[in-house]
Amino acid sequence: MSGNGRIPNWADVTLVPLVSVLLAFILSGILIWAIGESPWAAVKLMVEGAFGSSYGWGYTLYYATNFMFTGLAVAVAFQARLFNIGGEGQALLGGLGVALVCLYIPWPHWSLALLAACAGAAGFGALWALIPGYLQARRGSHIVITTIMFNFIAASLLGYVLVNVLRPQGSQDPSSPRFPAEVALPKLHEMLALVGIPFSRVPPVNISLLIAVGMCFAVWFLLWRTRLGYQIRAFGESEPAAEYAGISPARITIYVMLISGALAGLMAVNSVMGEQQRLVLNAVEGAGFIGIAVALMGRNHPFGVFLAAILFGFLYQGGAELALWTSIPRELIVVIQALVILFTGALDNMVRIPIARLFALRGAR
Amino acid sequence: MITARIVFARPSDPRMSLTHPPQMRQETAASDIPAIELRGICKAFGPVQANKDISIRVRRGTIHGIVGENGAGKSTLMSILYGFYRADAGEILINGRPTEIPDSLSAIRAGIGMVFQHFKLVENFTVLENVILGAEGSALLRPSLAKARGLLKDLAREFELNVDPDALIENLSVGHQQRVEILKALYREADILILDEPTGVLTPSEADHLFRILRGLKEQGKTIILITHKLREIMDVTDDVSVMRRGEMVATRATAQTSPTELAELMVGRKVLLRVEKTPATPGEEVLRVQSLRLVDGQGVERLRGLDFTIRAGEILGIAGVAGNGQSELLEVLAGLRPATGQAWLRGAVLPLSGPGADAQTRRATAVAHVPEDRHRRGLVLNFHAWENTALGYHNDPAYNPTPWKMDNDAIIRDTSAKMAAFDVRPPDPQLKASGFSGGNQQKIVLAREIEHAPDLLLVGQPTRGVDIGAIEFIHQRLIRLRDAGAAILLVSVELDEIMALSDRIVVMFDGRIMGERLPEKTNAQELGLLMAGMA
Repeated sequence: MSGNGRIPNWADVTLVPLVSVLLAFILSGILIWAIGESPWAAVKLMVEGAFGSSYGWGYTLYYATNFMFTGLAVAVAFQARLFNIGGEGQALLGGLGVALVCLYIPWPHWSLALLAACAGAAGFGALWALIPGYLQARRGSHIVITTIMFNFIAASLLGYVLVNVLRPQGSQDPSSPRFPAEVALPKLHEMLALVGIPFSRVPPVNISLLIAVGMCFAVWFLLWRTRLGYQIRAFGESEPAAEYAGISPARITIYVMLISGALAGLMAVNSVMGEQQRLVLNAVEGAGFIGIAVALMGRNHPFGVFLAAILFGFLYQGGAELALWTSIPRELIVVIQALVILFTGALDNMVRIPIARLFALRGAR
Repeated sequence: MITARIVFARPSDPRMSLTHPPQMRQETAASDIPAIELRGICKAFGPVQANKDISIRVRRGTIHGIVGENGAGKSTLMSILYGFYRADAGEILINGRPTEIPDSLSAIRAGIGMVFQHFKLVENFTVLENVILGAEGSALLRPSLAKARGLLKDLAREFELNVDPDALIENLSVGHQQRVEILKALYREADILILDEPTGVLTPSEADHLFRILRGLKEQGKTIILITHKLREIMDVTDDVSVMRRGEMVATRATAQTSPTELAELMVGRKVLLRVEKTPATPGEEVLRVQSLRLVDGQGVERLRGLDFTIRAGEILGIAGVAGNGQSELLEVLAGLRPATGQAWLRGAVLPLSGPGADAQTRRATAVAHVPEDRHRRGLVLNFHAWENTALGYHNDPAYNPTPWKMDNDAIIRDTSAKMAAFDVRPPDPQLKASGFSGGNQQKIVLAREIEHAPDLLLVGQPTRGVDIGAIEFIHQRLIRLRDAGAAILLVSVELDEIMALSDRIVVMFDGRIMGERLPEKTNAQELGLLMAGMA
């Protein structure tokens, strides 16, 4: 009734984000032009850098893998209207889980190590999310506040563990020793070589990509095909209705936070086990926060998260290329990313309302 | 269909009339120039035409009723008159003069006052502070407060509009709060008073008092527009009545020359049964027994103060009472939504009121179904498809869960289609979101879900609130049919007519207590009204 009619579903999930991204890029173009660089050249460089070669694709997909995990973590929690800002901390703890599994247990084969590392990453991430989840469910402490605080606690905890426990004797670097070679994950170029497709050997993209894509499907299945997913969505849409249906808000809050934390933790399999091969201090590099933007842009739907993660992977990789080959400062790339977040997340209605009007006009004719 | 539009001679020259002294203007305008005239008002929200070419004339110094079902466009029309919405087309004439009302401030300046269904009062301000709020007149409060105090005294004497000017709003009864709203309008020198569903929250005696006030105001020359869906009130208090249906003004009648039956037909567009046809109940064994049921809420206020009652199979127990006297809490306790103390038995077995087993899932498993009072908040997830709402509360049903890990969405959709057919839900589309149905059809979705699980005990709150007349008839018949099939029904409703029509026994609640029990054929609205007001 609020005066703007409705948009067809397809337009809501495709047209609105596309127009938003386009607006963000136009504004970014103006900024680049204003500092005296050519927007066209910049776009070309970014697209070529991210998609023009298997090297570029490799990096884009590597970043996208991280963002899929953290994006799904935020999206799943948001289906229950829980705003999990703690993806960063949960992923850090997931990294600790991966490191412990890889360092302290001798693995005969990477596949077994991968399974155990997934369990470790998901378990540690889930545990780190469980505490804020429990506090929200039983004590009413707001999840936004507690998860933010737990990011700081996680960073401090990790610093302590790295410096005092995991750091090899005599090393100046607050990081764990290198993982044994047996637990190195197969990279995408090795997997593609099996089917005869050549791919750059440099980028760190690895088998975790398949896990991330599988998780997109798994989250979709959980939310729309299972009883738990039904309860999560009902609770998210209306807490009084969920109570009426006999769905325990406390229980759902805790379950959702466990799932969300596990997904965020899984990101460490990609970055810690797949790329760095050791645990470093800033293993997550802000991917936990990017996950919020990815989920926002992907409308908290796993398929949307998949697409948005690739877009942000492109922004990361294309941005790095831009910083490398032009005099556009690195900060401006962050500005471009911020604009995309601003337009797709915060200024959503600015695009949606005019589009809704257009559809109303067309319908009226 | 549409009332003939009679164009009245306007005062010869509008600019002339401005120069007339006020007394003269009132004389010329005495009877023939309507206080309000709307001409061809149209308003659309997207594809929905909320008001279609509405024309109406409200005579000065009369009470003019506007009736219509929910969604007929009454509220939209009044919002246009009060400056909340702007009409897409059409003219507003106040005292014969075309007037633009872009916002509510202009409406107040034009002499229009509005009393909303949901009061707009500051709870922790006094009556006096609320009355002058927004009309303080100067930076210092004292002069306006003194002025308001004097005026309140006069009004109290003249119209029985007595309220303690220094009382805090939160300590006043609903009836008194409504008087403050009227006083606010009068303080702003409103000539035309619009009341939107004013009696929804009042006891019958409070409503009578309100009508006395309105008649008094009318005698003083004020014009009153009364929006309601209660035909009895229209017949009691109005001079003229206009009927709206689906955004159109379908008729205007002098109240003395119409009947409730005619008005109901005009509202619905077809003949309706105002009475519910039912045979006397044949109560069977006891289904629910409740003893000394008590509930203390989070603020430490005792909401239920020791209730005792029973319901037998095949009977409807009606709980009458003004909203907020513990009926909602009673429903929630019995539905397992909040813990309470006391004892209860369901079919002879102990029914836990707190702790394990006192939850909504266990209640459903023991064949207790619940149609909640607020279907938008509780009964439905508005953003869910109709089929997802059919599973709400029954999501653990084995029929919907053939395997432990996957819900059978197709089975739920098929089941929803069957239920929609049985309850004549329109449109019968399981994939439509709940928010896309009208109030009556939403309620049918909830009722179908609860009734089709063949409960032994059905708890039902406000079954026809916000439901159009056609659907009311259907819902009443379904409840009677469930009763005849041997279910026990606990009916909570603030509509006394509904309680009287459906119940086999009536219990009146006031302030968390049962004031008395009556048989519907051996009581009347007056007696129940006294009980509802706490006077036994």
